[in-house]
Amino acid sequence: MSLAVRVIPCLDVADGRVVKGVNFENLRDAGDPVALSKSYYEQGADELTFLDVTATTEERDTMYDVVRRTAEQVFVPLTVGGGVRSTTDVARLLASGADKIGVNSAAIARPPLIAEIADRFGAQVIVLSLDVKRAPGTASGFVVTTHGGRRLTELDALEWAAEAIGLGAGELLVNSIDADGTKAGYDLDLITAMRAISSVPVVASGGAGALRDFAPAVHAGADAVLAASVFHSGQLTIGEVKRELQDEGIEVRA
Amino acid sequence: MTSPSVVVLDYGSGNVHSAVKALQLAGADVTLTGDRSAALEADGLVVPGVGAFAAVMTALRDARGDELIDRRLAGGRPVLGICVGMQVMFSRGVERGVDTPGLGEWPGTVDELHAPVLPHIGWNTVEAPEESVLFEGLHDERFYFVHSYGAREWSLEIEKPFRAPSVTWASHGEPFVAAVENGPLSATQFHPEKSGQAGIRLLSNWIGSLAA
Repeated sequence: MSLAVRVIPCLDVADGRVVKGVNFENLRDAGDPVALSKSYYEQGADELTFLDVTATTEERDTMYDVVRRTAEQVFVPLTVGGGVRSTTDVARLLASGADKIGVNSAAIARPPLIAEIADRFGAQVIVLSLDVKRAPGTASGFVVTTHGGRRLTELDALEWAAEAIGLGAGELLVNSIDADGTKAGYDLDLITAMRAISSVPVVASGGAGALRDFAPAVHAGADAVLAASVFHSGQLTIGEVKRELQDEGIEVRA
Repeated sequence: MTSPSVVVLDYGSGNVHSAVKALQLAGADVTLTGDRSAALEADGLVVPGVGAFAAVMTALRDARGDELIDRRLAGGRPVLGICVGMQVMFSRGVERGVDTPGLGEWPGTVDELHAPVLPHIGWNTVEAPEESVLFEGLHDERFYFVHSYGAREWSLEIEKPFRAPSVTWASHGEPFVAAVENGPLSATQFHPEKSGQAGIRLLSNWIGSLAA
């Protein structure tokens, strides 16, 4: 197969600023999502993901502007998630310059939303974002959470992913709440389980802390690897991750 | 020398914002409009397309884009289709059991790729013929694809003295048409406006051919 594995930096954005620790040398304004995106684009990022963590309507308008200004300067795909509740939200984000839209809690609350988005914009537009926690004693051992992992749902993560794909989700962004922030590596069991039931691409998220963490996620079945803090802190560059993947026999975009 | 003028056809299809910016960066004087006379007069017309084949065809016909494209091509005026904007150039598209007539500039059917993982999302390599203008200087580059459907066969045969079309292939589970250059009509299945520096160069190659 000649499709390259994608390396994707993720930016949490609130009120027009990147809100998780960003510590970039040679970047005058490290909290500006547009400047940071441009820097990642120049480093060779294959795609960018924005997570809109704003709470108010005014802040959401700021987000559309951030997306627009980013899309003017960054010529790789841009996925935007967070707070997407309707096809109107999707239409506005796409018109602002987003290419793919992440849906999470609104789809849990009302699954037909996935089909509505897929029918109007195509399955390739919808990324189902899953915050997954290990839960021994449940069907698959993995359960879906909301509110950044603080609230457990009744949904089995694998059953929900399969249902969402059936409704038209075109990609799975699988974030491990257990691994997130630990820097101890991706949850490989979770990725393996998702790959086994998924006919759509799987993006691994949560836990990347060192160069050696990336290739195992791909070997477990991830089509793309997403990370935030290792990039924002300046600990790793996109290029270093790609070279590591290549050394492990994985195809990347040079 | 002034920059070639390019109209990106605005008929309500998805994200056209990046296409406009990428074409500007590649050296064109770009306008995003659905205005017919502007679209007829421009040196080049870009037909974007995102979403379902049937929805794109409906929107295109509602804007009388079908007739516009025909008129340009009949006069030898360059047109570039991108993604579903390429797919609709074929005779028909079959998606989820819905069979829709396309613009019919080329014979052939666009239908679902046979691959273990769909949509085909990401950066893939392509096999471009030597004589390709679009891919000049772009050997070994990857381009960004996001689609589930494609033209899995190419059947247009052109006899001398006319020039044979230049067909570029890619593979995901099976080979499919990644780009076509056929007289004034060019098209790419991937998104050059999302393919980084390689995509900008490809657009620049196309824009360069307009001035000639």
